[in-house]
Order: sequence, then C-alpha cells, then structure tokens
Amino acid sequence: MHETSAQQVVHAPPQGFWRKYVFSLDHKVIGKQYYALALVAVFTGMFLSWLMRIHMVWPTAKIVGLELLSKNGAPGGVMTPEYYLSLLTMHGTLMVFFVLTNAPFAAFGNYFLPIQIGAEDMAFPRFNMMSFWTTFLAWVVLMLAFVIPDGPPIAGWTEYTPLSAVGRDAGPGMQWGASLWGISIAIFCIASLLGALNFIATTLDLRAKGMTLMRMPLCTWAWFITSCIALLAFAVLLPACILLILDRHAGTSFFIPGGLVASDRLQPHSGGSPLLWQHLFWFFGHPEVYIAILPSMGIVSHILINSMRKPLLSAKVVIYSMLSIGFLSYMVWGHHMFVSGMNPLSSLTFSFPTLTITIPATILTLIWLGSLYGARIQLTSASLFAIGFISMFVSGGISGFFLAQPSLDIYLHGTYFVVGHFHMVMGVASLFGVFAGTYFWFPKMTGRYMNETIGKVHFWFTFIGTYLIFMPMHYLGLIGNVRRYQSFVNDYMAPYLWLHKDMTIAALITGAAQFLFLFNLIYSRFWGAPAPENPWNGTSLEWSVSSPPPWNNFGDRHPIVYHDPYQYGVKGSKGDFVMQDSPEVLASGD
Amino acid sequence: MQMKHAVIAGLVMLGASALAVAGPSGGTVTGKVTYEGTPAKMKPIDMSKEPSCAKMYPAPPLAETVVTGAGNSLENVVVFISAGAPDDAAPSTAATFTQKGCRYIPHLLAFQVNQELKITNEDQTSHNIHPLPKVNREWNKSQPPGTPPISEKYDKAEFIPVKCNVHPWMHGTFAVLKNSHFAVTGDGGSFSLANLPPGKYTITAWHESYGDQSQEITISGTEAKTVNFVFKAKPY
Amino acid sequence: MGKFFAVVLVLVAMLSAYPIIANYFPLPVDISTHGHLIDSQLHDTMLEAGIAFIGAQLVLAYFLFAFTGRKPDAPLKNFPGGAKTMVIAAFLIVGTEVLALGAFGQKAWATVYFVPPKADALQIQAQAEQFAFYFRYPGPDGKFGAIHPDKIDEGNQNYFGLDPANEVEARDDIVSGELVIPVNREVNLMMHAKDFGHSFYVRELRIQQDFVPGLDLAIHFTATQIGKFEIVCTQLCGLGHYNMKAYLNVKSQDDYDKWLKEQSQ
Repeated sequence: MHETSAQQVVHAPPQGFWRKYVFSLDHKVIGKQYYALALVAVFTGMFLSWLMRIHMVWPTAKIVGLELLSKNGAPGGVMTPEYYLSLLTMHGTLMVFFVLTNAPFAAFGNYFLPIQIGAEDMAFPRFNMMSFWTTFLAWVVLMLAFVIPDGPPIAGWTEYTPLSAVGRDAGPGMQWGASLWGISIAIFCIASLLGALNFIATTLDLRAKGMTLMRMPLCTWAWFITSCIALLAFAVLLPACILLILDRHAGTSFFIPGGLVASDRLQPHSGGSPLLWQHLFWFFGHPEVYIAILPSMGIVSHILINSMRKPLLSAKVVIYSMLSIGFLSYMVWGHHMFVSGMNPLSSLTFSFPTLTITIPATILTLIWLGSLYGARIQLTSASLFAIGFISMFVSGGISGFFLAQPSLDIYLHGTYFVVGHFHMVMGVASLFGVFAGTYFWFPKMTGRYMNETIGKVHFWFTFIGTYLIFMPMHYLGLIGNVRRYQSFVNDYMAPYLWLHKDMTIAALITGAAQFLFLFNLIYSRFWGAPAPENPWNGTSLEWSVSSPPPWNNFGDRHPIVYHDPYQYGVKGSKGDFVMQDSPEVLASGD
Repeated sequence: MQMKHAVIAGLVMLGASALAVAGPSGGTVTGKVTYEGTPAKMKPIDMSKEPSCAKMYPAPPLAETVVTGAGNSLENVVVFISAGAPDDAAPSTAATFTQKGCRYIPHLLAFQVNQELKITNEDQTSHNIHPLPKVNREWNKSQPPGTPPISEKYDKAEFIPVKCNVHPWMHGTFAVLKNSHFAVTGDGGSFSLANLPPGKYTITAWHESYGDQSQEITISGTEAKTVNFVFKAKPY
Repeated sequence: MGKFFAVVLVLVAMLSAYPIIANYFPLPVDISTHGHLIDSQLHDTMLEAGIAFIGAQLVLAYFLFAFTGRKPDAPLKNFPGGAKTMVIAAFLIVGTEVLALGAFGQKAWATVYFVPPKADALQIQAQAEQFAFYFRYPGPDGKFGAIHPDKIDEGNQNYFGLDPANEVEARDDIVSGELVIPVNREVNLMMHAKDFGHSFYVRELRIQQDFVPGLDLAIHFTATQIGKFEIVCTQLCGLGHYNMKAYLNVKSQDDYDKWLKEQSQ
C-alpha cells in the first residue's frame, strides 16, 4: 500500500490543567492514562492472587484485616468459600481486561503508534479520549462489586451461564455483583471498539511520506493487527453481555433452559442454551488472548533488534506470521469447549487450526532465537525482559500443544495444567513485554532513565520467581489437580499440598519484588538520571523526537522515512545504525 | 412458748396451703400428636460425598422429615397459640441451631420473633446455611469450621425451610413465632403449654409434611385442658 | 550477566524437566479400557514437547553465552539459511509432528465419543446439582420414573423429583450418592443437570464430560479394576464447587448384585 502524507492539524495545543492532564486529546497523555489504570489494576489483581494463594494452603487461617474488605466474605478474617471465588473472578477480570488489554495494547500502542508512523496524533483524538474515560468508567463499575454487601460475582471471569444468568439463586454475589460485571464489561467493549477503530484508521491513513506498511516497526504492526482482531472480537462480546443482562433483568432466556431448580425454586425461564454463551464468549475470548500477546510480541521484537544491534532474520516473515496468528485466532475458539457437550466432531474441527497455529508461533520463536545468533547482545533491564519473554513464550506455548489435542484435553481440561499454561503465556510472557516496553520507553516518555540496577534485580526475581510459581502447575495438572477450588479437602490431593505451599511462598516473594518496579517507576519519574533523545541508539521515529516529545510529536516538521526501521549493524554516521528518517546512503553492513 | 409455736405452725400451714391452692399462674394445655395411616419409610441419608461426616455414624442416620414413635406418635410438630394471645417480647437467651454430623440439631427449631438465633458449626467441613423464607429477609452464610457462631434474627412470624447449600440432604425448619406459648413434640409426641391466662385461644399444630391443624380452646382459670391432634400420614 | 543468564536458563530447563523425567508426578492408575490410548498419546506429546522445550531453552542459553558481552566492533553474523530455514523447520518439523499427533490422537477421542454404547450396557442416570452428584438405577422393573422438577424434595432425599405416589415406574428406582458399578461391565451414564453447569471427572477412568442444563448427554465407559475412586466436579458451579464430589465404587459382579438387592429393600 502506498504511503499517505500526514497533512493533518489534529487539535490545538492543550491549554489549562484539565485539557493537559485529564481530558487530554493527546495520544501520549491518553497512553499514560491507560498505563496508570493498568498499573492500579495489576497491583490490585496481584493482591487478590496473594489472598487466594494464602487461603488455598491455609483455608482456616485468619487473615488480619480481611474482614474490613468484606464483612460477609471474611467473617472474623477467615475467608468463606464464596469469597475466594469472588476474588478469583475479580482477579481474572481485572488481569485479562484491565491489564493485558490495556497495558501492551492501549497504553504503549496509543503512545507510540502515531509517533512511529510519523503522525501528529491519532486519527480521532476525541474518540481516543472517550475510549480511555469509557475504560475508566468500566473499571469503576467493576470495582463497585467490591463495595456492595453481597460482594463480587463468583462465576469466574468466564461467567458461564446459567450460573451467571439466573440471578440471586445462583449464589452469593450473583445478584448485583454479576450485573455490575456484565455492565462493566459491556462498557469496556465499547471503549475497546472506539480504540480499535482509532488505531486502524490512524495506521491506514496517517503514515508519513515514505512509510509504507512494510516499513512500519514490528510493534506498530502488532498493534495494528491487534486492533483488527479487537474490532471483531469485542463486537461479539458486547452483544453477549447485553443478552446476559437481559436474561438477568428482563426475563429473557437466551442462555437459560427450562426446568432448572436452584435454591429450591423452579427458575422462570425456558428455551435458552448455555452453550450459546460459551460460543459467544470464546469467539471473543480466544482472539482476546492473542490481543494480549501480540503487542508484547511486537514490543519484544522491537527491543530485541535494538539490543542486539541487528535486525531480525526477516521482518516480513515476522509480519506474515503475526498476520496468520491473527487470522487463525478466529478459528480455534472451540478448543475451550472440547468437553463442553458440543458435537464431538466439532472438537476435531477446532483442534486442527489450533494445532496449525503452532506453525506461525514456532516460526516467530525460531526467528527470535535465530536472530540472536551472531548478534552483539546488550543486556539492559529492557532487553533482559525481552529475552526472558522468549523463554516464557516457549514454556507457556508448549503446554498449549497438549491442550490442543481433544484426547488429552479429556484428562487435562479443568486442571492446573490449563492454569499453568495460560498464566505462563498471558500472566508472564505478555507481562514481560510490558516490563520490557516500560524500561525501554520510559526515557522517551519522561526524559529520565529508570534505575538499571533495581531493574535488573526486578528481572531476576521475576524471571526465577514466575518459573517457580507456574511451572509446578503443569505437574499438578498431570496428576489431575482440579482448578477453581478454594482449598483441597479431598484425600486425593493430600500428598501434593506441599507443592501448593511452595508455590504460595514463591508467589508472595515474586509479588513483593514487583514493588521494586513500582518504586523504580515513581522514583525515576521525578529523580531519575536525565535521558537524551536517543538513549538506546535506536532507529525508529520515536528516537528522532525529544524526550518527552512535544505535544504534536514532531514540532513543525513532517518526517519523511527512507527505508525500513531496523537499519542496525550498518556503518552509519552516528554509529552502527541509521535512523529511519535519515536519507543517509547505506554503506554495506559489517 | 407453746402458743408462739402454735401460731407459727399455723401460719406456715396457711402459707403452704395457699401456695398449694394457687399452683401455676394460668391454665395448662397438654396433649399428644399422633398420626393415622401409613407414614412413608424414612430412608437412610447417603453422606458418601462428605466422608468427614459419614464416618461419625456407625450406620447412616435416617432422614428426619417424618419422625415417628411408639403409639403412632409424631415428633417435630410445633404446637403453638396462633390466635387469642398477645405478642410477647423476645427472650434474651438465644435459640441455638447446630450443624453437627452434617445434620441440623434440632431438626426443627422454634423460637420467637426478634429472638437471637445462634448457629454453630461443629463439623470439620464448611457449611452454608440457607433459610428460605417468603416474608422475612433471605440470606445465606458460609461457616468454615472453627469460625464463631452466626447470629441472626427474624422480625416476622413464619415457618422457614432451612437447607444447607453445600450438603443437599441437610434440611430443617425454623418456626418463628409471635408469642412464648409453644412447644415442639419429642419422642412420644406429647406437648405441654403452660401459664395461659384466661381467654379464648386457637391452638395450632404444624408439621412440615402433614400440614397444620387448629382447635379452639377456652381457658377460664388455672385448669388443665387436654388437646390431641391426629395427622393423616402420607405413604410417599 | 549474559553468562549468568545462560546458566539460569540451563538450570530452569533441567529443573523443570527433571520431575517429569523422574516421574515424580505419575498419572493415576488407569482403570479404563480406552485410557491406554490417552496415556500413550500423552507420553508421545511429552517426549516431543520435552525435546522442544529443553532444546529451545538450551539454544537460547548458548546464544546468550556466546553473543553477550561482545566488543562493539565484533562482527555480526547471520544464522545460516536465515529466515527461510526457520520457516521450513517450522512447517516440516513442527507441522508434521503436531499434525501427526493430532491425527493419530483422534483414536482415543473416537473411542470415547464415536463408538456407541453396547446394547447391554448398564444404564445409570447421573444428576449433578449444587453441590453433589446423585445416581439413579432403574430398579427391578428396568424402567426409570419420570423426573418432575417441581416434585424435588431434598429433605426427603427425593433429589430427582420422582413421583412414586402416582407413577409405578418410579417406585423401585434406586437413588444413591455413590456410583456403584460392577467391574468389567460397560456403563452408559445419562447425564442430567438440575440447576447449572457441572462436570463429571474421574481421573482414573480418563473421562471428563460437562453436564449441560437442558442437554441430554451420555458417556459410556468400562471400569477394569475394583476400588473406590473420586468423581469430582470440574465446572465452576458456585460456592460449594470445591466440595462437590462423589465416589465411583467399582465392585465385583457378585458384590454389585448384593448391593443392588440391599438398596431395593
């Protein structure tokens, strides 16, 4: 596709406190706002996971102060079984939506996509502002579930019907808590749709002169592909949530069949299908996990190249692999439903594309690995996390290979094998991309370096710690440890409780180490060493503007790019690189 | 001296006979609750899903929906004054409902409006008690083992079925009553309501499976009246 | 630090693989007729996954070892064959391995789902509810009474909502909290959900199937060993999900017949 010229005057320079810092139209401020929301959500989610893991191994323990969080959920500080499920539901919901969709995609994408393509801002700055504040509203609605007396819902972030659809008779938290969840996620969908539209329009229309699609940095590609996935995925989750709310409050029966008796009451519904919810949810849910990982793949690629001072073996292959992953992600949703009661023949049809996705995923992994060969790798906090991502993606991805086979899923479904798998790919690998991006781009965003020593300590604790927490989950899955249990009261699990205790201790220590990161972020924001325009000798357009960039990114100039963004390992006038907007004639690389 | 002794003895005798004549303050209604016909056979409760409770019983206990005794007597019948008596303030002592051996003890607990209901858990497993009222506020509460008793109360009179959300076989009843004149029949099916002031009363007997029956009685002083109830048993 | 990272990666790979290689977390005993297909597929997958996992982590470790801490003017090299090698490797090696496992692995799935139950399989109905499983046997008349949700009376242990007062077939139905079956006899379990989604999972039987409200599902299996095994719910169904279980009690044919007779009294 040919380049377009960005001759837009997007909005006036921001004036006044509210326009500058709160209701800003500037994609950079909006990106930081998304990041801040994700930061609050991730520490909340982590705190919830601590409570969950402590309760799992010491179920009758009095957790000091917990009764303040919920009088009903933790009388005398002892967590009830239903409150464990409430925390589990909120943990999953916060992490998947408000952390993994917000941080790698909305936060970094918003901040850097326009700059990397040479634009002054997003195509629709007002939509952009609305999409952040709508996300914020969704978060507020969700958090209200903690405050209401009955507490948050207990049906998991997947909210399977009819448990989530019949209302109060399903159990504690399933009256207003579940409704707040449905409303919050519906609002989140609207926000994400606005965001996705913006990303797509901006990428297609606002690229600078010379910036063909193939010359976009890999993280920009990842954000672009992610926004295409998000547009279709959230467009399906939104009506699903609306149907759920209708079942709960308007007496409809989309998801509830007749003849159900709960709380000794015959439920006044009939004709609905619980499997319909599962299909709608996972049609969104599977692409959603690729929404969570693709941006991190792009960010990691981008940082790896810079850190090893040479491009990847082929950017084109990486782009096509990411495109295939995006495309295939829509064909596999049924692998969450192999034993759900859907036609067993469908399970085979879903298994085939699921196994096929292994191919582009492997291509990417082999390219990352192969590109490291012969490189000059510089280890910084950012590149440590980027390289760590490769290790984590391998570990997490390989367990997916087991689950993709329906015969094995008969045994492994609903066990800790699944929990280990998705935590390693989403909770660790994807988050490593966010950490890498933070350490890498912090100097650009704030004009200051983060402290490298603290960053490296943070990396080692996190890398080793997350392996200690999540690798054992696969072993527990192999012996049939069922998931979503608040504690293990059966004899079968007794010989393995020691491993759960070890995992809890690892989780507490690794979680504590994240405060190093938080401290580093806050401290460096105000007192970090000053950073220049191009602290990492990078080539893409973000390194051609000041740190932080001016309100319209490029000042009065309109950048022109002359080649792909990864001219490393060449004899440039500034060193072993040539910037993308430099017309320098390339000497042959060394 | 002898005169003094005689007077004292006389006074004592007068006092004693006065006491004997006065007796309890008010009338008494006693009776027996029996059934006719063939009651359903109570099945042993299958607690196999909860081994920590199942092992407490040498043989599985029977369900307690219909508990019968010698002479066709019926247990767990609440006999109470449903009309004619004023409401009474709730006593200060709590009515205790215990979860033990994965059963509710007693199976039927009768107590007054606004009286404190204390629920304890003496089992190794968590219970979630879920009373199912129609006019009172519905709630359910989890009680992990070793946690303090739950304290609740009801502000309206009602017969409330109680179930445990975690153990489907656990069922009981709360009989929340307006006044203090009630009794629950035990083994032998007999009941006794004492200290009834003079008046016209409706006395009702309520059983969770066989429904309720009422009879009218009049108390004029301190007499003892007998009222019996006979329920029709159902074979299934 | 690159060398340190390499060492950590090697340790991570070895320590992760060791519990598997040393079989510290063995699969529970297989008491089913189809389980060996699943177990052998699991072993094959584990072998290939293990090689890929260890291989990738070791290669990463080696590259870190060799290519960090290099001088600024050290020559850059490209992996022989470049991207083309990687694409071919991914398609050929991974593609064939993955798809082969997928194709051959359907045998276990087919045995469970595409082979119909034998005509003389023992018919047992399972009901899943918050938070217990109950099992119903048709009794001497061989017929199941109808289910009436409005007649459910759990205090009286009428979990299925049977109507013995009006229906003759319901009078001899046997309801049990344990799934008692004879060894080496195929069982066809008809699955009914009373309230919400639940799931039937017996690790030793290598079987798992969701109960779906509104759907009539059935699974069939044969137990080959006598003993007591846990049936656990694996579909989040509410606050008591963690305590939702029953026992599969596999008896000899004689003991089963005796048990059945006792229940009928």
